[in-house]
Amino acid sequence: MHELAVTEGMLKVVLRHAERNQARKVVGITLQIGEMSDIVDEWLRRYFDYLSRGTIAEGAEITIRRTPAVFRCEDCGEEYVVNIKAGNGFSCPECGTNKVEMVSGREFLVQELKVI
Amino acid sequence: MVKIDPYKLASGCEGDSVKEIRLIDIREEILSDNQNLADEIRKKLRQNGVFMLNLMSSPGSGKTSLIVETIRRLKDEFRIGVIEGDIDSLVDSEKIAREGIPAVQLRTGGACHLDAPMIESALAAMDLGAFDFLIIENVGNLVCPAEFDTGAARKAMILSVPEGDDKVLKYPLMFSVCDALVINKIDYLGLSDFNLDLLKERVQMLNRKISIFTVSCRTGEGIDEWCDWLRREIAAYKNRC
Repeated sequence: MHELAVTEGMLKVVLRHAERNQARKVVGITLQIGEMSDIVDEWLRRYFDYLSRGTIAEGAEITIRRTPAVFRCEDCGEEYVVNIKAGNGFSCPECGTNKVEMVSGREFLVQELKVI
Repeated sequence: MVKIDPYKLASGCEGDSVKEIRLIDIREEILSDNQNLADEIRKKLRQNGVFMLNLMSSPGSGKTSLIVETIRRLKDEFRIGVIEGDIDSLVDSEKIAREGIPAVQLRTGGACHLDAPMIESALAAMDLGAFDFLIIENVGNLVCPAEFDTGAARKAMILSVPEGDDKVLKYPLMFSVCDALVINKIDYLGLSDFNLDLLKERVQMLNRKISIFTVSCRTGEGIDEWCDWLRREIAAYKNRC
């Protein structure tokens, strides 16, 4: 639902860095988004096509790397991926404990650009 | 013992061999502009000794009711103001104004969340020297507001019993970013299969530092404990100013 605002923010970051690096054109944008974030890729791409028109980022290919939600068990040290969409909870699959900590899954980054 | 590198597991890591293409490593937050403005707002509020709370929840869980109950208990101790962001109607701000508390209504149209620029415009319409405690009533939504920093010192969310105990599994980000969770409509507990212990257990797995309160805005149960938490947070904040 908030993809428009997110895409606006992303485009600003992209154009700022492209300018700083004296790029003529941005051909690729890689985003790192954690599984915890509810972003619909399709909407982000559509808004990007619309918002980037007339900028040097127009037509850039967007790659979205989804970082899995990884938790670490404090008792046995096991690290495991939680399928957020499955909704089965976050307990350690090895020992069943609830003393766990989130290691990844909240990333929300413009990771790299490909420019000419 | 399994160790996982989440970045190697991420999809879409293919390379590119075209020579004239330069790769620029950025690793900057997508919402960094909003983040920077939120940090400026926090700094300004700190200079003025104003504690701001961002209150979030789904529609109908009791944001306005909790704000009204909070005002009734704390208005003799703090100079309170409310920033109303919940859609484009004056229903909520009129309820707040009836309590004798200034409310700024943001004209958000159909926006699904409040962000730092909207809060900045609300603060510009207020005399910060006249307040100790501001409450943002965010747009009713458990998804979008979780991503946007408003510049508040603390974030709190409400989950009401009729919404169900599985919401932590469906909207984990919101539960993971908040400092406090208020479980409202606790007087409905006996009428439902809501599992309070399971919910608390799951929330604490996502967010160990979260404070959890069980309240009923209708009967008043638990509201005093919530207000005590606010008193402690505001006192600690003022000490740091």
